[in-house]
Amino acid sequence: MKKELIELKVNGRRHELAIEPSKLLLDTLREDLGLTGSKRGCDDSSCGACAVLLDGTPMLACTMLAAAYQCDGGGNEVTTVEGVAEHGALAAIQKAYGDWGGSQCGYCTPGFMMTVKSLLDNNPEPTEEEIKRALSSNLCRCTGYTQMYEAVKAAIKAEQQGTNV
Amino acid sequence: MSDFAIIGKPVALIDSAGKTTGQGKYTDDLSMPGMLIGKILHSPLPHARIKRINPTKAVKLEGVVSVVVGTDAPNKYGILPVGHDETALAVDKVRYVGDNVACVVATSESIAEQALELIDVEYEPLPAYFDPEEAMKAESDLIHDHRPHNIEKEYHHVFGDPGAGFAQADAIVEGRYVAGEVTHAAMEPHSTLAYFELDALTGEEGRLVVQSSTQVPYYLQHKLSIVLDKPMAQIRVIKPLVGGGFGGKSEIIPLEIIAAVAARKAKAPVKITYTREEVFWAHRGRPRTIIDLKTGVKRDGSLTAVAAKVIQDGGAYCSYGVVTILYSGALLGALYDIPNIQYDGFRVLTNKPACGAMRGHGTVNVRFAFESQLDELALKIGMDPYDIRKRNLLKPPCVTVNGLRVQSYGLPECIEKVVKASDWAARRAEYKQKYNGTVRRGLGLACSHYVSGAANSIIRSDMPHSTVNIKIERDGGVVVYTGASDIGQGSDTMVAQIAAEVLGCTLGRIKVIAADTDLTPVDIGSYSSRVTFMNGNATMRAAEDAKKKIIAAAARKMQCFEADVLMRDDWVWKQGTKPPWERTTTAGIAEVSGHVDGQVLRGSLQQKRKDEGPKDFMTFEEAAVSAMDFAGAVSGTGAYAPPKDARGGGHKGGGVGPSPAYSYSAQVVDAGVDTETGEVTVHKVWAAHDCGRALNPVAVEGQVIGSVWMGLGQALQEEFVWKDGLLMNPGMLEYKSPSAVESPEVVTFIVESIDPEGPFGAKEASEGSLAAVIPAVANAIFDATGMRLRESPFTPERVLSGIRKVMGLKKINMTNDVDPTEPHTLREHGGSLWFKGKGPQRHEMDPARKPALSREQ
Ligand code: FES
Ligand code: FES
Repeated sequence: MKKELIELKVNGRRHELAIEPSKLLLDTLREDLGLTGSKRGCDDSSCGACAVLLDGTPMLACTMLAAAYQCDGGGNEVTTVEGVAEHGALAAIQKAYGDWGGSQCGYCTPGFMMTVKSLLDNNPEPTEEEIKRALSSNLCRCTGYTQMYEAVKAAIKAEQQGTNV
Repeated sequence: MSDFAIIGKPVALIDSAGKTTGQGKYTDDLSMPGMLIGKILHSPLPHARIKRINPTKAVKLEGVVSVVVGTDAPNKYGILPVGHDETALAVDKVRYVGDNVACVVATSESIAEQALELIDVEYEPLPAYFDPEEAMKAESDLIHDHRPHNIEKEYHHVFGDPGAGFAQADAIVEGRYVAGEVTHAAMEPHSTLAYFELDALTGEEGRLVVQSSTQVPYYLQHKLSIVLDKPMAQIRVIKPLVGGGFGGKSEIIPLEIIAAVAARKAKAPVKITYTREEVFWAHRGRPRTIIDLKTGVKRDGSLTAVAAKVIQDGGAYCSYGVVTILYSGALLGALYDIPNIQYDGFRVLTNKPACGAMRGHGTVNVRFAFESQLDELALKIGMDPYDIRKRNLLKPPCVTVNGLRVQSYGLPECIEKVVKASDWAARRAEYKQKYNGTVRRGLGLACSHYVSGAANSIIRSDMPHSTVNIKIERDGGVVVYTGASDIGQGSDTMVAQIAAEVLGCTLGRIKVIAADTDLTPVDIGSYSSRVTFMNGNATMRAAEDAKKKIIAAAARKMQCFEADVLMRDDWVWKQGTKPPWERTTTAGIAEVSGHVDGQVLRGSLQQKRKDEGPKDFMTFEEAAVSAMDFAGAVSGTGAYAPPKDARGGGHKGGGVGPSPAYSYSAQVVDAGVDTETGEVTVHKVWAAHDCGRALNPVAVEGQVIGSVWMGLGQALQEEFVWKDGLLMNPGMLEYKSPSAVESPEVVTFIVESIDPEGPFGAKEASEGSLAAVIPAVANAIFDATGMRLRESPFTPERVLSGIRKVMGLKKINMTNDVDPTEPHTLREHGGSLWFKGKGPQRHEMDPARKPALSREQ
């Protein structure tokens, strides 16, 4: 298939890329931009490992055609896990996932980072039930999820105290 | 004694930032200039002879570089020395739907996929075997010619006098239990990148480098050497981050060998990454198992004898099968005190993906049967499930009747912890009162255990199972070279903690270089929960070795005996004097050592020393520098091999089961059962795990929760659905891996029975808790409904048909004529429309018939 020139805005930066129109956003991020943080865990959009934020909303990059999300000034800003750290330091949620065992093998973690980021951006004080519901969009085979709840709560607390512990 | 600086403290995994930022690299994240993509052609038939493979059309496709077939690398291999029955790609026969037939190497994935369609393969179908009890009757058309009756291996063990034991029993329960097939489904699909270097001297093919998602780099190096006819020294295996294993990466997975063979033929770097579906076909998970179990007990609750016959539906290749079937028998021992054991185990070949090692390897399904039957016995003699378990505890130190040495034994405390926390007796009574409508609720108790590494390695030798090197750097940095394979369980962090604790330095000084066969000494891999115990011990010894050299130098500087030198928290001081952090005059030294590079530091420290003369304390950095000035390079080496008396009895097959130490687990499950829908809801699990010393409590807790969670998946919803050798649910959604909303709260209790031989007393934490939860759920369902399920998983249709049976309601056949309360056979799901049990003779209406028999275009 012939390649086309597209423009993507990822983590605040614009990129001009020549890609096949049928190329998925996930593959474009991983192969053309070298942003391998977003993972592929399934063939049928069931795992959430590929989640990215599109203008703040979590989306499965394995179901999106890159060419359909060109930046047009008005939106289509993609945030990947590489864009979560703040000013060269771990964001509260990243630190908390490390401290509280929210991440074991880490393969699901980028997806969870995006899910949790969007949850807390929209709802800074979610209830336990809301956290559970939000996390159920992603699969993890290692943790049994329990320690993730601790991590999310710790991150909320750290944010509120303005610390990064 | 438990006054440690780092051990026992919760620390974040040292590689966690790489995981939360996306910076960490897994195999599929790697690429190389000129890298090609490999795609594998899989067999559409369960059992067939390959009459012809013609890749001509595929090779001609623009972008295809080469097509690899079985004859390109016909050497046989397998993870067990007794089970070398696999080849990189099928040479003469395919043995399961999904078997590996050919591999296309192309410039892109989509071209490779197109090319697969162009490979012309002609098959001659053979009768196929999907049920192990049927497969065992076969006289001809064997899956492997050298395995009569398709039996991979059978064992018949007798320990003590089972006949006499049953004669002494006041009550005997006998029953058949059937466990469905489950798989690891690690979130990272397998991936391998392989390339050859060119040799400067010969100008020809040089060393092979393989980066792969593996739990066993050293075994991979070994098998690559066999298949490629290349010395191990010419092969480098590197393990990048691995996205979960659970046993699914603990042997050589076909793509790992195929990528290397393909790289050789294509003369370029080749990467192969499985799709999720391919991961399911590669499998190597826990086999469907039939367990005929008989247990005798005296009126006082003490066990007199156990007889178990186990048949495992092993799939088409040996894989770890011989070890699995041995574990199933051996680990009847070492949990309770059983004086007489009879064990008959059959590992059977069938035309399905090979089963292998999965978390709780070999023990899980038999434990489901045993702990269920224990409750049946308790009921029969009118005893509480709690009391019967307490009645049969071991009295360590001891050696069990089947030759397993038990030293530390935290099971009694585990049982007490969960019974107390769940308020066992009162809550059960309360639920009986409260839930007597359509929704019932009950509690179930069960126990399990697991090895802390196998005392005998797969390839028998006297070689240590783990060796670790440590190098001290000029500025007091510590580099640990370990072969341990971190697959997410946190072994790199464990190694760092132990090294830092022994050396008395902070964790920040430690760098871990792991699992790279060029750099790190041999460690046989991350399986059988061996890493903390074995690599931990080797790390400890390596650190002690290096420490000795630092202490010798420090003693000279401080003018004291070596025995009087103490090290902790980056400080070195003389015994009997105040620890430096309690003094007021340390500022100057801390400042000097904090932030200057090696050379500058050295000059300034020596200068300082001249000015000040000998002291009674110094920093770790200063001590390291003096050791180097004194001895040149400072390094340490340590190795671990399990002691002889832990290696088990001498009987045939006695090498599997023995371990230097066992972990223990007890669990109470609180479950609700909807008697109208058959749905089981687990509300809560209390799980206590004896891991010896918890080196890193957050990590231990995470492992225990993860094990319990994975066991719950097997108990309630995960299972392979088969139809004529075709896997019907090869995806995360259809396989029903539980999400957060389906996962109950797991309350963990860590029990620390400090083991005399474990590093700081530690034992395994990652597997032992999986097995208990399945029978605990079964026992809770019984407690709630009075219905005993003997077939797992406890899906709504099984539960409902069982409940309708005990309630005397009209039978609705939801379970293919297999009664889940008394299963007589493994069941095929959804009937057998196409094969009707007659091997590969497809039904004439089967749409797959023609293209399946010949792929000619
Ligand atoms: S890769 Fe699994 S949902 Fe996108
Ligand atoms: S941490 Fe391994 S899959 Fe979630």
